Amino acid sequence: MTDVSTALISAAYIVAALLFILSLAGLSKHETARDGNVLGMIGMAIALVATLWLALRDAAWGNWVAIIVAMTIGASIGIWRARRVEMTGMPELIAMLHSFVGAAAVLVGINTYLADVGGGDAVHLVEIFLGVFIGAVTFTGSIVAFLKLSARISSKPLMLPARHWMNLAALVASTALLVWFVASHSIVPLLLMLAIALAFGWHLVASIGGGDMPVVVSMLNSYSGWAAAAAGFMLGNDLLIVTGALVGSSGAYLSYIMCKAMNRSFVSVIAGGFGSDGAVSNADVDYGEHRETSAAEVADLLTHSSSVVITPGYGMAVAQAQYPVAELTAKLRERGVDVRFGIHPVAGRLPGHMNVLLAEARVPYDIVLEMDEINPDLPDTDVVLVIGANDTVNPAAAEDPTSPIAGMPVLEVWKAREVVVFKRSMAAGYAGVQNPLFFRDNSAMLFGDAKERVEDIIKAL
Amino acid sequence: MLIGVPRESRPRETRVAATPKTVGQLVGLGYDVVIESGAGALASFDDLAYAAAGARVVSAEEAWGADIVHKVNAPSDEEIGRLRAGTVLVSLLAPALSPELVEKLRAAGVTAMAMDAVPRISRAQSLDVLSSMANIAGYRAVVEAAHEFGSFFTGQVTAAGKVPPAKVLVAGAGVAGLAAIGTARSLGAIVRATDARAEVAEQVESMGADFLAVQMPEVDAAATSSDGYAKEMGEEYNRRAAELYAAQVPDADIVVTTALIPGRPAPRLITAEMVAAMKPGSVIVDMAASNGGNVEGSVADEMVMSANGVRIIGYTDLAARLPTQASQLYGTNLVNLMKLLTPGKDGQLVLDFDDVVQRNMTVARDGELLWPPPAIQVSAAPVAAPAAAVVKAPDKPKDPRRRYVGMAIGAVVFALIAAVSPASFLGHFTVFALAVVIGYYVIGNVHHALHTPLMSVTNAISGIIVVGALLQLGTTSTSGGATSSVILVLAFIATLIASINIFGGFTVTRRMLTMFRKG
Repeated sequence: MTDVSTALISAAYIVAALLFILSLAGLSKHETARDGNVLGMIGMAIALVATLWLALRDAAWGNWVAIIVAMTIGASIGIWRARRVEMTGMPELIAMLHSFVGAAAVLVGINTYLADVGGGDAVHLVEIFLGVFIGAVTFTGSIVAFLKLSARISSKPLMLPARHWMNLAALVASTALLVWFVASHSIVPLLLMLAIALAFGWHLVASIGGGDMPVVVSMLNSYSGWAAAAAGFMLGNDLLIVTGALVGSSGAYLSYIMCKAMNRSFVSVIAGGFGSDGAVSNADVDYGEHRETSAAEVADLLTHSSSVVITPGYGMAVAQAQYPVAELTAKLRERGVDVRFGIHPVAGRLPGHMNVLLAEARVPYDIVLEMDEINPDLPDTDVVLVIGANDTVNPAAAEDPTSPIAGMPVLEVWKAREVVVFKRSMAAGYAGVQNPLFFRDNSAMLFGDAKERVEDIIKAL
Repeated sequence: MLIGVPRESRPRETRVAATPKTVGQLVGLGYDVVIESGAGALASFDDLAYAAAGARVVSAEEAWGADIVHKVNAPSDEEIGRLRAGTVLVSLLAPALSPELVEKLRAAGVTAMAMDAVPRISRAQSLDVLSSMANIAGYRAVVEAAHEFGSFFTGQVTAAGKVPPAKVLVAGAGVAGLAAIGTARSLGAIVRATDARAEVAEQVESMGADFLAVQMPEVDAAATSSDGYAKEMGEEYNRRAAELYAAQVPDADIVVTTALIPGRPAPRLITAEMVAAMKPGSVIVDMAASNGGNVEGSVADEMVMSANGVRIIGYTDLAARLPTQASQLYGTNLVNLMKLLTPGKDGQLVLDFDDVVQRNMTVARDGELLWPPPAIQVSAAPVAAPAAAVVKAPDKPKDPRRRYVGMAIGAVVFALIAAVSPASFLGHFTVFALAVVIGYYVIGNVHHALHTPLMSVTNAISGIIVVGALLQLGTTSTSGGATSSVILVLAFIATLIASINIFGGFTVTRRMLTMFRKG
C-alpha cells in the first residue's frame, strides 16, 4: 500500500464523515431535508468507492464476484422493500433495518477475531467482545420489536418471574466471560457470550409493551449506532466510529425525547412491564355518563366552527384513517375552517410516525404542529377531533396526581369548546388508565371504526 | 320553557344577562327567550339585535313573568314581588353574605340558583362567573390605573429623552391578579407579583411577571395541614409578608391588590405607612374595596388621594365597566349552565340534585331552604397532592451531588482505562467522543416531524459497517483453509445485509421526504 493511496482513502473517509453530519443537519428543516438525504447518499458512495478500492486492489477475481453478488442482492432487497412498504408499516421496516446492523456487527466482530486470532492485545479483544455483545443485543432486540410491531407476536409485555435478576445475571455472566476471553484468547467465551447476549436482547424487548415501542425503536436505533462504533474501534476505522457515534447519540436523543413525553425514566421503560400493574387503583371511580354523538351531528358542528384541531394517535394508523382524515381536512379548509393537527411526541409506534402518515395522505406539513405548539391555542379552539388517541389526551395526567400517568405532558384537548372522540369502545388505553375526558361535559363520543366514521362525516358535509 | 331577561335595576350596573349571541344559543337549546326592552342598551346591544337572534322584546312584566329568569344582580324586594312561585331565578346572589335575601326568595317559592355558588371543580369551570368576571376586573384595574397614572407603562427611548418602564406590583395571583399581570405586561410594564400560595409562582412567571415569594424558613405544605398550626404559621407569615410589602411597595408605580378570602373581610396588605412611602403620582387599585379593602384608606366605589399624592382607586364595578364583554362572558356562563340543566336539549329544565354542581348552586326550591349545601366530597386529588410533594422534595437537593459523584467516578474509570490502553485507542476515542457531542447537537435541531426520516437515514448510514465486511470479503484469500472460508461466508452475509440497510434506508427516506409538502 502506497502512502498516497492511504492518504486518499483517509481523505475520502473524512469527507464521507462530514457529509453524514451535514446529512443529519439537513434533516433539521423540511426545506433542506431532501438535500440532506442526497448528501448522505454522496457520503456513502464516496466511502464505498474508497473501501472497494482498498479492498480489491490485490484481490482475486473470486473476491470481486463475492462482493458484487452480495451487494447486488442486498441493494435489490433493500430498494424493493423500501419501495413497497406501507407508511403504516414504517416501524416494522425500521426495526428490521436495526437488526441488520446488529447482525452485521456480530459477524464483523467474529471475523475480526478469526482473522487475527490471538494476535490482538487486551484492548483489541475487549473491543471485539463489546462489539459482538452490543450487536447481538441489537439483533435479537430488533427482531422482537419487529415481530411485536407487525403483530406476529403479542405486543403485551412478557412477564417472567425474577426478570430483573435474569437481566442482571446475563450482564454479570458476560463480564465474567470477558475476563476469561481476554485471559485465554479462546473463542469459547466469545461464543458463550454471544448466546447469552442474543437471549438477553430478546428478553429485554419482549418484556416491554407495545405502547412503549417509540422508546424501544429509538433505543435500538441508538444501539445499532453503538454497535457500528464498536466495530469501528475493532477495525481501527474512524469513519465507522464517527458514523456509529452519530447514530448512537441520535437514537439516545430520540429516546430521551420520548421518555420525557411520557414522563418516565429511561430505566423504567427498559425494565418493562408497564401497564400491567397498579393501573386498577381508580377503576371503581364513578366518572359519570359519557355522551354519544353521530357523524351527522359532528359534520354540523364542524361546519359551524372556525377552528378545528385534530389529534391523531396510533388508532388512526391501525384504522388506516389518514386518507379520509386528509380529505376531511381539505374540505373544511376549502370552507375557510382553520384546521390544524396536534401531534403528541409518542403518538404512534415510531418517533414522528404520525407526521409521515399525514404527509403520505398529502396533509401540508405546516398545519401539523407539535404538542407544545398547539397546547396554548387549544382553549380558543372550537372543536377538537381525537382520532385513535387516548393516553396522550388524558386530563388525569395533568389533574390527578394519583393517576399512573400523572405528570405526563398531554395534549390539553379538554380545554377546547367541544371535543369529539373517535373510539371503538369505552376500553382503556395502553396505560390501562380510564380517561376522564370521555365523561366531560364538552366531549362527545363517536363510536366505531375511525375510517368509516370520518367517511360518514365527509358524506354528511 | 320561557326564559326572561329583565333589565338590571341596580345603579351603575351596565351588564345584561344575555347578549344576542347567547340568545341564539339558548334558542338552540329549545328555549323561548323574551328580553325586556332596553335591557342591553348600556352594554351596546340594541333591541333589534336581540330580535334578530330570536328573542321577543317585551315589557318588564312579561320578562319577570317567564318560567326562568336570568339576571346579573340579585333582585330587589320589589323585583322578588314580581316573581311567580315556581319560577327559576338564576343570578348572582352571594348567599353566604345575604341570608335575608335567600330567606325572601324561599318565602316567595322561587327556585333560586346562585351563579356565584358554583363549586370550584374543573367540570364546572365553564359556568364559573366569578372567574370570568374576575378576569375582566383584573384587566380593567390596570386600565383604570393607567388612566390615572401620569406616565407611560412601557419604557421608551425618544428624541426627547429616555422613559423608564412603569413598575407594577400585583398582590394576589388569582384569576384577577393573573389578568392584571397579563394586561400590565402587554402595556410594557415591569410586573412583580406576590401570593400566599407558593405553587402559583409558575403561573405568574408564565404571564411574564417575577414572582416574589414570602421567605419562610421550613414552611411548605404543612402550613395548611391543621388549624392551630396553620394559625401560628399565619402570624409569622403575615409578619414576613408585611416586610416584603414594605420593601416592594415604595418601589412600585402601580399597585393592584386582589386578595379576597371568601366570607371574611379582606386582609389588610398595604398600610398607611407604605402608602406614605410611595412616590407622588403612584396609583393603587384596591380590588377588594367592597370587602373592606386590602389597602388602608381605600374607599369603596371612589378614588381618594393620599396626603403624598398617591391615588387609591376602590371601584367595585370594575367588571361592569366593560359591559359588552362582561355581558358576553356572563351570558355564556349562563348558556353553559342551561346546557347542564337541559339534558334533552328540548327546552325543558331538569334539576338533578345528584349533580354536585346543580345542588351547590341551588339555594332555595319550592319553599325549601337549601343553603348551605352539603360539603362536596373531597376528591382524592388534594389528599394525594401533599404526599406527592413529600415524595418529590427529598429528590431535588440530591440531584446535583449525585451527578457530580457520577462524573467523578466516570473520570476515574476513564483515567484507568486510558492508562493501560495504547495510543491508537485514545486517538480513536477522541474521535468517538467528539462525534457523540456533534451528534447530540445536530440531532437536537431536527424538526419533530422529521423524526421518522431521521431514523431511516441513520439506518442507512449505519450500514457503513459494510466497510468492515467489505475489507474482510475483499482481502481474505478465496483459496485458504477452513477459517478463511468461514470468514468469507460471514463477511458475505454481513455485506449483503448491510447493503440492504444502505440502499433500503436511503430509498425509503427519499420516498418519505417527497411526501412532505407545504400547504
